[in-house]
Amino acid sequence: MEVVLMDILGAVVTFLVAFVVGMTYGGLSRKITARVQNRKGPPFYQNFIDAFKLGSKKSAIHHGVMHHFGPAFLMVSSVMTLMIVPVLTHNQWFPNLNFQGDLIFLLYVMTFGPLGMALGAGQTGNPNSAIGVTRGLSQMVGFEIPWVLALVALMIQYHTTSITGLMAAQAHSGTWLMFSSPFAFVAAVMAMFGMFRYSPFDIVGAPTELASGPISENGGKYLFVMMSSGSVFTFAKLTLYVDLFMGGADNLLILLIKTFALYLIPVLYGVTTPRYRTEQAVRWFWGWPSFFGLLAILQAVFF
Amino acid sequence: MMNDKNSQKIVDIIQNWARKHSIWVLAYGTGCGAIEIPPTMTSRYDAERLGVRGAATPRQADVLLITGYLTVKTMKRVIRVYEQMQDPKYVIGFGSCTINGGMYYDSYNTIKVLDKYLPVDVYINGCMPRPEAVLSGFAQLQKRIAEGRANGAQQYKDNLEWYRANQKKIIPNWIMPDYNW
Ligand code: SF4
Repeated sequence: MEVVLMDILGAVVTFLVAFVVGMTYGGLSRKITARVQNRKGPPFYQNFIDAFKLGSKKSAIHHGVMHHFGPAFLMVSSVMTLMIVPVLTHNQWFPNLNFQGDLIFLLYVMTFGPLGMALGAGQTGNPNSAIGVTRGLSQMVGFEIPWVLALVALMIQYHTTSITGLMAAQAHSGTWLMFSSPFAFVAAVMAMFGMFRYSPFDIVGAPTELASGPISENGGKYLFVMMSSGSVFTFAKLTLYVDLFMGGADNLLILLIKTFALYLIPVLYGVTTPRYRTEQAVRWFWGWPSFFGLLAILQAVFF
Repeated sequence: MMNDKNSQKIVDIIQNWARKHSIWVLAYGTGCGAIEIPPTMTSRYDAERLGVRGAATPRQADVLLITGYLTVKTMKRVIRVYEQMQDPKYVIGFGSCTINGGMYYDSYNTIKVLDKYLPVDVYINGCMPRPEAVLSGFAQLQKRIAEGRANGAQQYKDNLEWYRANQKKIIPNWIMPDYNW
């Protein structure tokens, strides 16, 4: 009983940490974008203010049941991802529900949220939402290929389908997978551009073109849920990358340094590049990233 | 606890503080004044440092920015946009045209006084107002929000019949599609 209570408490702590860190990263990315554009930019805690304001807005929109469930799906998928990814190694405050094969399970869970959101966006009947959804799903087809290739390469190379197994392998050999499977790392990082949807891959929510796409009919509390789920998901994804390729982290500080370093890659690439069209984005993902993914598989099979 | 007057007051203060520092603007580019919005938002004047940022759709926006003259034809769309926005919402009238018709005072198909059709919280005068004036308008709005005096939306609800009558006077074929507020 004690153990279960501890786990639940730990899950709440994990969620709160993920929320705060994700929100702060979002604010920092806005600040970085502003500095690159030679602006002062909003304070780094601007996202918290925005979230609070969105949460305190009244919502009187009704488009049907699925529309209400869309953001909830996103949230569920983010929290599930967060619960499976080991945040810190050996820390009682960050329990995780890892099991044999959780890496494969994770692949499904991570696409579950966007799919639920797609259903919700479809029910609003807004044409912008529909276009946004088709774009989002095309982009997902694009980046899932290098991402899955990279993960499969890791699974073949280390004969395990669990994240903790891969972390144990890194701890055992003393080198990060980033160096022992460089091709998989490159492919995964390139796939990350699509996951984070920063420019040039912000084709889903293109604000001027699609009026923010799938979320165009969602204001106030819906946006609040989406924003928090996005923050949690950002943290979970970054932590997953750190676990898989950079040997995990022993304490929060190291985790923050590693995740932020990773987070800078899509952000900085984003502020300097304009948006792709949908087919350009898909072609990009099926080009070099997939090539590196295939190289990673070859390396895993033959070396 | 929420019914308790004092605690409600504290909640209001906190919420108004957040609203004040996070203003999402739907810039309805009706007239020529819209050309001053890009410089306000970009590097030179950088409205984002005050928490002002663009929103893509009426559902997400807090402030409806009417940038200049409104023709009778656009009026209908503006009303619809305004009614789709979620509470609390504010309207900023931008440029002389929204105040008294400006240089279109004798035009046959623009409205003269915006306040008769939509509840305006803050006016920014000038033809066209420079970004400094726009920022000072936002500062004015922030002040009113903090003081809890930016309640145009409530006014609109209370006097809906009066507003509707005015709107219908200038829009002869009043066919609005069904939507919920
Ligand atoms: S106030 Fe002047 S700048 Fe603004 S819309 Fe009217 S004529 Fe144009």
